[in-house]
Amino acid sequence: MTITLKSLPDDEFVALGRGGCSGCGAVIAARMATKVLGKRTIMVNATSCMVANYCYVGAPLFPYLHGLFENTGALLSGIDTGLKVLNKRDGINLVGLAGDGGTADIGLQSLSGAVERGHKFLYICYDNEAYQNTGIQRSGTTPYAAITSTTPLGKNAMGEARQLFRKDMVRIMAAHKIPYAATASISHPLDYLRKVQRATEIDGPSYIHVLSPCPLGWGFPENLTIKIARLAVETCFFPIYEVENGTKFRLNVDPKEKKPVEEYLKLQGRFRHLFKGEFRELIGKIQEAVNTNWEYLKKLCSS
Amino acid sequence: MWLGGKMTDEISYYLHPWIKNRPITAWLPPGYSRINKTGANRYQRPEIDDEKCTKCGICWICCPEGAIGRGKKFTIDYEYCRGCGICLEECPLKAIRMIKEV
Amino acid sequence: MGAKYLSGCAAAAEAVRLADVDVIAAYPITPQTAIMEHISKFIANGELRAHMIHVESEHSAMSACIGAELVGARAFTASSSQGLALMHECLFFASGLRLPIVMAVANRSIASPVTIFADHKDSLAQRDCGWIQYYTENVQEILDMILIAYRVSENEKVLLPSMVCFDGFFLSHLSERVDVPELNCIKDFLPELRPKYPTLDIENPKVINVMAFPEFFEEFEFDKHYSMQSSKKVINESFEDFWGISGRKYGLIETYQTETAEMVLVGMGSMMGTALEAVKRLRKKGVEIGLVNIRVYNPFPFQEIVDAVKDTAIVGVMDRDISYGSGGIVFQNVLLGLYNKPNPPPVLNFIVGLGGRDVTLGTIEKIVGTMEKVRREDRVEKDIIWPDLNTELIKAWKIGD
Repeated sequence: MTITLKSLPDDEFVALGRGGCSGCGAVIAARMATKVLGKRTIMVNATSCMVANYCYVGAPLFPYLHGLFENTGALLSGIDTGLKVLNKRDGINLVGLAGDGGTADIGLQSLSGAVERGHKFLYICYDNEAYQNTGIQRSGTTPYAAITSTTPLGKNAMGEARQLFRKDMVRIMAAHKIPYAATASISHPLDYLRKVQRATEIDGPSYIHVLSPCPLGWGFPENLTIKIARLAVETCFFPIYEVENGTKFRLNVDPKEKKPVEEYLKLQGRFRHLFKGEFRELIGKIQEAVNTNWEYLKKLCSS
Repeated sequence: MWLGGKMTDEISYYLHPWIKNRPITAWLPPGYSRINKTGANRYQRPEIDDEKCTKCGICWICCPEGAIGRGKKFTIDYEYCRGCGICLEECPLKAIRMIKEV
Repeated sequence: MGAKYLSGCAAAAEAVRLADVDVIAAYPITPQTAIMEHISKFIANGELRAHMIHVESEHSAMSACIGAELVGARAFTASSSQGLALMHECLFFASGLRLPIVMAVANRSIASPVTIFADHKDSLAQRDCGWIQYYTENVQEILDMILIAYRVSENEKVLLPSMVCFDGFFLSHLSERVDVPELNCIKDFLPELRPKYPTLDIENPKVINVMAFPEFFEEFEFDKHYSMQSSKKVINESFEDFWGISGRKYGLIETYQTETAEMVLVGMGSMMGTALEAVKRLRKKGVEIGLVNIRVYNPFPFQEIVDAVKDTAIVGVMDRDISYGSGGIVFQNVLLGLYNKPNPPPVLNFIVGLGGRDVTLGTIEKIVGTMEKVRREDRVEKDIIWPDLNTELIKAWKIGD
């Protein structure tokens, strides 16, 4: 059944009155996913921005657990096995929701173990590219040259100095031969929701990595959240693709006109130093890295 | 509502689930967040032009709060709308406009 | 009632089979690996209908048990030294969520220096987490305590997780004759788990583990502290019921001739078996000595120990652990119990058996000798004594005066 905006239910599965910031990208990603997941969901949420949004005010209308920072995968394994033993597993969507820090950094071990053991769950990682909840500290997915509170601008520093491309969680999951893994963006909701629907039908682990821009952390006005996410896709800074069984790559969004990465960077306060004087050449470096990644991805998708 | 660690009004205090019964662990009933009226400190509010609106549903799915309601006429729940302006930005027909709150 | 020749690990696995545990999540670590192996065999043969989650670390093991208990499945895990230290944060999580998890701890000291041998440092380092702690002296007790632990933890007046501790290698790899109860006896003693704590239930959704601001936090802590204290009554009741089905009577502590004793030895763990033998021999020689074996360390049996030692002339607490800079941990607990009591006897602390050093009859005799000397001279020169310390080595290392 193809998902269209009209086919989604009217009901809200998370009550109004969330905590958190105005214009938050992560909460858009979570709300969109709940429209497909429905009422029969158990959600485990790692310590992160979404916990401040949902947990501390009591928003979700389905059973919800706020786990510790690094054990989302392990909690999902325990819940999945417990429900299986009690013969209550059928018809329940088990979802893990974590930020980029709670997935790629501290949560990597338990996620890796849970995926390797093959438990049935969907893991949604909303990527706002830093530890936004505790005050915008850099994480493993923070892009090169971004200013964060732990990689500030200074005499000796130009922001995030890590030259290697940021952690690619989908390819890490693909290396586990996970049945289904994909990237998604809140700017392409139908594609994202199709992926969530696909993931709920798989009898095994699945992983979705959603780009969730953060107005406060990235430095842009709160009404541009979805526009920034769209630019990230159109400049190929954040490609949207999916992987089946770790080997079959498929590109979902191939922009007809690949925009220069400058258009994405200039709208964000965390990259404002790149447009002044000595740091201009870094934009060239970023464009090169994006091009290399895009070419490699196209090769993977065509084989 | 909880703000900075203190219950801000007496009504919230008596509605809180831990006042009457022993909770055993720290948990909240589902939907308790409705007590948090996020529309309180808004500085601008969106208004949908019903004639231009084609009811496509893009603003409805993009709202971070979930404050837009679908139907014959799309309505905004102003108790919770924070005035972030994402609906205005995403509307393909520019059928929403912002009005400054007084 | 079948008698089997079982090692400590095998007895723990038998108890898990009898308790009809639903989910086991454990990570291998010496000396508890055999528990996992025996349980795996039971599952493979169909003797235990459970799922084993082969987790990738002890932190994940405890988290998986928490996840399973939160949906109403009975869970079990086992760990030791490094692993127990790794899951430290999850121990607070489990006791805060009031989940009746039972963990078998094969006591082993913690690196560095590396060791695989027994002392109580690993489980005593977790004494503040809100877990009930049982210490066992022989293999039969391992099996019995695990069954009793489930019954106590799942009681709605308690709702706190438990750990059953036994010395690594001294008990885990020692085979003794064990009475294995029948499955149908245990089914009455330990019925199916009916969660009395908030769970993740589709029919009754809840948002679990929210923040408690200062207005509420202290009351949650008081709730846990009060439950820990009132668990003493539930533990005693469970011991009574267990006596009824097995013929073995346990208590929070066990005493041997303390009513007529001038000197009393206090301790816990497998070394108390040796201590009992030494005390019996000394009694035959006419020495008026008694023994207190602590079975339940947390909630600490202050009143029971004070009642046993208050009329004695001198108390010697044997600690198979050390809190650097402070002394033995059980010693500190016993002192706390005797403080503010009228005319308390002097208490000496003996640090023995660290890192698997054997506590022999000779060690006990040395301890008793020191206690007699202090009693004769009527003054306490040093209250923390290391009877088995290799003083030549210490002199060669140029430590101390």
